[in-house]
Amino acid sequence: MAQFSTSHISIKAVVTCVPKAVERSSDYNQFNEQELNLFVKTTGIKERRVASKNVTCVDLCYTAAEVILQKYGNEDIDVLIFVSQSPDYFLPASSIILQDKLKINKSCLAFDVNLGCSGYVYGLSIVASLLQSGHLKKALLLVGDKSTISTNYLDKSTYPLFGDAGTATLIEYDKNAEPWHFNLQSDGSGKDSIIIEHGHSRHPCDEESNILHEIEPGIKRTKKDLALNGLDIFNFALKEVAQNINSLFEKSGISKDEVDFFLFHQANKLINESVRKKLKVEEHKVPYSIETFGNTSSASIPLTLCFKLKDELKNKKLSLLLSGFGVGYSWGSVLLKTQNIYTNLVEHD
Amino acid sequence: MITLSEFTKKLELEFEDIESGTLTANTDYRTIKGWSSMHALIVIAFIDANFDVLLSGTELKQTNTIEDLYNLVFQKKL
Repeated sequence: MAQFSTSHISIKAVVTCVPKAVERSSDYNQFNEQELNLFVKTTGIKERRVASKNVTCVDLCYTAAEVILQKYGNEDIDVLIFVSQSPDYFLPASSIILQDKLKINKSCLAFDVNLGCSGYVYGLSIVASLLQSGHLKKALLLVGDKSTISTNYLDKSTYPLFGDAGTATLIEYDKNAEPWHFNLQSDGSGKDSIIIEHGHSRHPCDEESNILHEIEPGIKRTKKDLALNGLDIFNFALKEVAQNINSLFEKSGISKDEVDFFLFHQANKLINESVRKKLKVEEHKVPYSIETFGNTSSASIPLTLCFKLKDELKNKKLSLLLSGFGVGYSWGSVLLKTQNIYTNLVEHD
Repeated sequence: MITLSEFTKKLELEFEDIESGTLTANTDYRTIKGWSSMHALIVIAFIDANFDVLLSGTELKQTNTIEDLYNLVFQKKL
């Protein structure tokens, strides 16, 4: 069972970078008026940020990381992890490209992690595990996705959902920090629920990859586009997420009432509200960024921190529950304390 | 236990975009004008929140009318 605690780790800074270009749900011409109203009501998404053709997730994470490194310096970063499902290349790993671009010392270890919506929580767990012994002191966790690269405009079940974002989190060894508690889970039987079928080793791109299939009215896509089964994902989230969080509370001995804010992956508002109600958590403790940025995959939790909790993170000691869930299926939660965290939300041209 | 008629009325309230009185026990809900997969999500959330029964996509597909849904929910609750 992947329930464990780490010690002596604290977050120093979180910065999110989003593209400047805004796409509004009301401008999406594949919806009729009724569909648009229902979409906004159910998902909560009013607008999203979309990166231009020549901007990648690496660029967004780079910009976010630069803000942190200008403030805190780049001399002593020991660990650089890039969590994304939209790397720059099949190979080499984007983390290594970022180490060089950010002028971080060659003594830094760097690797990529291929995870989506659960990626921030998993990234924190990897960094915490590497740093807690005290041999490595400082880590840069870069998390995000350019999901819009893989959605088809003619697929109204995916295109209007996703926004692009890249984030950077500075994490340090801190012998006075309180423990972090994790509960991480996986279920590959859900692999087909969110999948890009063609373009990798199982189905390299061929002539079939570009054929546009009509799945149902309003849903047209090719095999190299993202396919999403909303009902299955919804079912998975309702079944697993609250259970994962309740189990974490039980094992950690921390009570729900001690938590100041619950940061859920911004999947869609109906899912998140259902999870919130199952957990019996008050509305004001669950901030949202989905209205303004859509589903930003692994970036959604740090983005919500930057967008909604800037002052609280700077001025208060907080107890947070972060929970990411989705593609894989992969899901996980962490309970952690924060104090005096610098946050920023910047835009990329 | 909630009656079929109460269940139907309660479910109808979830669909703000569907005119009051449209749903009856025999309504084939997929034929409602403007029905979409978003409505299916609302149905699953409604049943989970009110009856603590989680319907899968496959189970939902096996129902046609509101009465089918009602029967499925209470079959699963037994």
